[in-house]
Amino acid sequence: MLRAENLSMRYFRRTGQANLFYAVKDVDLELCPGEVALLTGRSGSGKTTLLHMLAGLLTPSEGKVWLEDTDLYALPDADLSRLRNRRFGVIPQGRSAVDTLTVLENVLLPQQLRGEKGDVENALRWLDALGIANLRDARPAELSGGELRRMAIARALAGNPDILLADEPTGDLDDENTAAVLSLLRKSAVEEGKAVLLVTHDSEALPYGTRIYRMESGFLRGEDADG
Amino acid sequence: MGTSRLPIKNLLRKPGRTAALVLLTALLAASVFGGSVVVGSLRSGLQSLEARLGADIIVMPAEAESKVSFKNMLLQGTTGAFYMDAAVLDEVRAAQGVQIAAPQTFLASLKADCCAIKVQIIGIDPDVDFTVKPWIDERYAQGLGDMEVAVGCKVTAGVGETLKIYEQYTRVVAKLAETGTGLDTAVYCNMDTMQKLLAAAEAKGVSHKISSGSDVISAVYVKVKDGADVAQVNSWLNGHIRKVTAVRARSMFTDVSDSLSGIARAARALIGAVWALALVILLVAFAMMIHERRREFAVLRLLGVSRRGLRAEILAETALCGLAGALLGVGVAALGVFPFTTLIETKLGLPYLTPDAGTLLALAGGTVLATLLVGLLAGAWAAARLSRTDPGATLREGA
Repeated sequence: MLRAENLSMRYFRRTGQANLFYAVKDVDLELCPGEVALLTGRSGSGKTTLLHMLAGLLTPSEGKVWLEDTDLYALPDADLSRLRNRRFGVIPQGRSAVDTLTVLENVLLPQQLRGEKGDVENALRWLDALGIANLRDARPAELSGGELRRMAIARALAGNPDILLADEPTGDLDDENTAAVLSLLRKSAVEEGKAVLLVTHDSEALPYGTRIYRMESGFLRGEDADG
Repeated sequence: MGTSRLPIKNLLRKPGRTAALVLLTALLAASVFGGSVVVGSLRSGLQSLEARLGADIIVMPAEAESKVSFKNMLLQGTTGAFYMDAAVLDEVRAAQGVQIAAPQTFLASLKADCCAIKVQIIGIDPDVDFTVKPWIDERYAQGLGDMEVAVGCKVTAGVGETLKIYEQYTRVVAKLAETGTGLDTAVYCNMDTMQKLLAAAEAKGVSHKISSGSDVISAVYVKVKDGADVAQVNSWLNGHIRKVTAVRARSMFTDVSDSLSGIARAARALIGAVWALALVILLVAFAMMIHERRREFAVLRLLGVSRRGLRAEILAETALCGLAGALLGVGVAALGVFPFTTLIETKLGLPYLTPDAGTLLALAGGTVLATLLVGLLAGAWAAARLSRTDPGATLREGA
């Protein structure tokens, strides 16, 4: 479904002797429907950069990202944005709320950006599944880090995307919520056929992956999980 | 919601930030509109005065300027009178190059039992007058009859009322259009009425006689023939008619015109400085606002908003702020200028005539449009900078 082909991202740094630096180097990766791919690795190993390139958010220096037969970065910006809205659910690291909207409005936003009214019942169902339905009318400024994270997950799931790309989705969560979120993401893959990529440091996530990758200094090392 | 209601929500739910941007643009709009109205009013005032005078030369008694400033009579409505023998009129008419010579006679009423109000009374000869008569004709074309008067717009008496002047009752038949000059506080009558008022004033002890038995006039307004040299005619009048001073009308108002030009230049410079400053401040303010919200904008991109959509979102916010600020600024300037026209006129000592409603609307519309454009320019600059950045880079930066 989603395929990275020889993907690289290089930056120029003004320190040291070697000022050309690769955050991601020659990565080939394929995400298939029903699969939960875990991407682990040290900080700065290139995991987030790879996720952003897969999501069409960061133009790679080299290589291509294919969604089925479509080369993402060959698309005009408007088409790529539309595609991202309809087919991708991205959960970025850190805060990702639109501060002037309520929790419910944030969750409905991807659908409304498509010009749809937004399925409120469906949005509330996801908020409930993540334990924050009572915060539907709260503003992001009133929420804790963990609650904001769950709001971002609900927003990604409520948009009913084909591909879920989650960057440290359990970063601010306690054990109970971590398990709930990981279960939901796995269920989305296994039962609904979504392709899921989880960037994580969390060892608790390992049992939920169907495939595990490790990033080392920009290079991708793969290993299979037992599912 | 789409993205269409997002700008409004963003503005309403961040009232402090929105108020700061609106106030900033309001300051810009208020300075432009207020300054333009004042300068425009001064220009209208001077044009109106020149149109009302319409004369090339004014002939008056030699001692007139020492008794009362003729210019102040015209500009500020100072009352006063001076007289010369009516025979001067024939001498002026006989001068080479003179096309029309129209007399006027002045009389200052008293603020006493004899008179309803203290005003300058100006007698004209309707048969030859080319300065005041066309102005009166706009409101009362029948011609002023015996004991009929036309009053300037600032005289409190209305049409149909009776005005008592030196125990004589006159009937107000017309209220004249505003000129923004001292002419607005004067009362106008024909020469027969003026003779009766002069006699009544004499009876009250207000002397106007210069020699027993002669008729008097106060000034002669001269229009020269086409092709005649105004300076030469003026010089001839001064050299050949005794006890009078002939003054070129334009030179009388040269200093007024100079003051006006100075004020207009200063106002333009001030408005220019405010615009330049406001543009820089708006650019910085919008750039800061967008920098502060760059993560939020990156999230919108992540959720599927295109570069173009993001620019539209930012421009919609700046346009709404600009529109609100422009309307507020025009409103505040209107409240700060229109109720105080008399005060401004008095303080400046210059003819001041507020432009007509159409001109004011055009000025207000132009101000709103210009302010909106400045706001959009500032927003477009900041939006263009933001849309060039990959959202992934911004998300990483703030994570």
